[in-house]
Amino acid sequence: MNGMWKFTVRRILIMIPQVVLLSILVFIMAKMMPGDALSGLMDPNLDPATLEELREKLGLNDPWYTQYIHWIGDLFHGDMGESFRYKMPVSELIGQRMVNTFWLSLVTLILIYLISVPLGIISGRYNDSLLDQAITGYTYIGFATPLFIFALVLLWIFGFQFGWFPTGGSVTPGSTPGTLDYISSKLYHLLLPAISMALIGTVGTVQYLRNEIIDTKQKDFILTARAKGASESRVYNRHVLRNSLLPIAAFFGYEITGLISGTVFVESIYTYPGMGQLFLESITTRDYSVATALTLLFGIAAILGTLISDIILSLVDPRIRIK
Amino acid sequence: MKQELLQLKNLRTSFRIGDEYYAAVDDVSLTVNKNEVLAVVGESGCGKSALAFSVMGLHTRAKIEGNILFKDHDLAHASPGTMNRLRGKDLGMIFQDPLTALNPLMIIGDQIGEVIYLHNKTLSQANRKKKVLELLDKVGIPRPEHTYNQYPHELSGGMRQRVVIAIAIANDPELLIADEPTTALDATIQSQILDLITRLKKDMHAGIILITHDLGVVAEMADRVAVMYAGEIVEIADVMTLFGRPLHPYTRSLLNSVPNAEKDQDELHVIQGIVPSLKNLPREGCRFKDRIPWLDESAHEENPQMHEVTPGHFVRCTCYKHFHFPKERKEEKHHGIS
Repeated sequence: MNGMWKFTVRRILIMIPQVVLLSILVFIMAKMMPGDALSGLMDPNLDPATLEELREKLGLNDPWYTQYIHWIGDLFHGDMGESFRYKMPVSELIGQRMVNTFWLSLVTLILIYLISVPLGIISGRYNDSLLDQAITGYTYIGFATPLFIFALVLLWIFGFQFGWFPTGGSVTPGSTPGTLDYISSKLYHLLLPAISMALIGTVGTVQYLRNEIIDTKQKDFILTARAKGASESRVYNRHVLRNSLLPIAAFFGYEITGLISGTVFVESIYTYPGMGQLFLESITTRDYSVATALTLLFGIAAILGTLISDIILSLVDPRIRIK
Repeated sequence: MKQELLQLKNLRTSFRIGDEYYAAVDDVSLTVNKNEVLAVVGESGCGKSALAFSVMGLHTRAKIEGNILFKDHDLAHASPGTMNRLRGKDLGMIFQDPLTALNPLMIIGDQIGEVIYLHNKTLSQANRKKKVLELLDKVGIPRPEHTYNQYPHELSGGMRQRVVIAIAIANDPELLIADEPTTALDATIQSQILDLITRLKKDMHAGIILITHDLGVVAEMADRVAVMYAGEIVEIADVMTLFGRPLHPYTRSLLNSVPNAEKDQDELHVIQGIVPSLKNLPREGCRFKDRIPWLDESAHEENPQMHEVTPGHFVRCTCYKHFHFPKERKEEKHHGIS
């Protein structure tokens, strides 16, 4: 277990330069966008000289690295600037949305694994059977279908036509936070967006797991297991499955990255007040400080995703731990 | 007294290519006696491993015809449950490549422990561990306690092959099949592993089928030898007879292609041509015919049978009576140093 800790600590240390590099990139990109933090806030009739004075005062004319240091310093204090559209601190605004997106992503992830692991196992174990062909067919359709179209269709059918699910928002207005009603209403609101994301997001994992299982069951150590007299189900549960699930663990990080782009579409379509919807909105309304903060957060989430992947992988694969 | 342990009767193992089945093991009949090492030799692709896998029932998509008689069972037609009870218990197998034969995610102790557990579920965990440690010691692993908790990638190829052997002999099998157990190892490790198998053989009382293409290994270990070519057995004899008086052209060519340190040899004998692929195996007449084209057609039997030349020495086809090596053509000779 000692090796495990060393690995984890080292892996977390590697993350620091990644995050620093990410923040520099995000900052430079934000600077390259037309306009600046003042563009949206000021009265257009203001005297350009006064505007210039304000810029000087706010440090907007400083070299980029000075500005970057300021920005990072503020970030460390939880200050991500002010949203000119919502007239409130970005941190507060994102804070509210983040909770919603977190739950949506979590439910989606759970659904993805609930769907993909059994399907992948069936498909891989009984490859080329009729069932496998049906599952593979589903994955092809899933690959080919754009999420924003699929989510729209689901919303139209189950939200508007059948009325089984709410068509927007994250909770029924007027319910009191903390009550059971509130929680179930939250869950009810995020179920359809989560299902639409999961049904599309699962296909990669299904295919991956299928291929891994087909690959693993032809390995020599499976013959060894059979030669020991292990029953077919034991061979699968003890030997094939664990070896096949390794890459799925590695895939977990990408799953999170996929979720980020997924929430951007799905939250906008279902008008679900999360980070994804906020992101799209902040871009169309040029709410710079919000867009920049969200880009950084999404980036950090992706880096965290790969970190989690690596740690899981080192937990299940002894070969990685030793190095 | 010879006691028959395993008897193959007209075994035919076929694989599907496209819509047709092609026999990789074609009408093989042989017996393995208790306490005997039967070597099966032949070039790559001649069906040796397919034969071993048929006995172990490890083919998943092959058609198996004929009989494999072992202890009141016919393994060719046994149920999966029966096979699982026999495999690992009465039938042990040593695989070719120790680098891939072990589960990379399982510690050595659990991999050996599994085969003990599968055939003795009432044994306590402590006793099982004790047995595993004894086995590790028996196969010559220097620090059993330490190795018990190691993963395969932490061991060398030779050590891993010892673990594979420990798995195969864990339950004292009556029949041990060693499928080219030394092919994937370094020359120095090879002899260590052979020594180990020879040592184990003495106190195991098992029949052993040793699959190999290494005639040195055969000379060292085997009691009887079956030579396979293109899915058929072409010659069977005890090891002294086979090396002393090889008859079938294929056996003689094989023996002739072993480099000899004592004789002054300018060149290495090479058997002409290659083993035909499964799809293109000649199914009629003498299968070795095409590789000894200098023999007259009339030398071969139309439908080659096994002939018992001396008691226990069988040869297929009549071409052995007419066989001679081709006359060397000087201009094609390759010298080592020119």
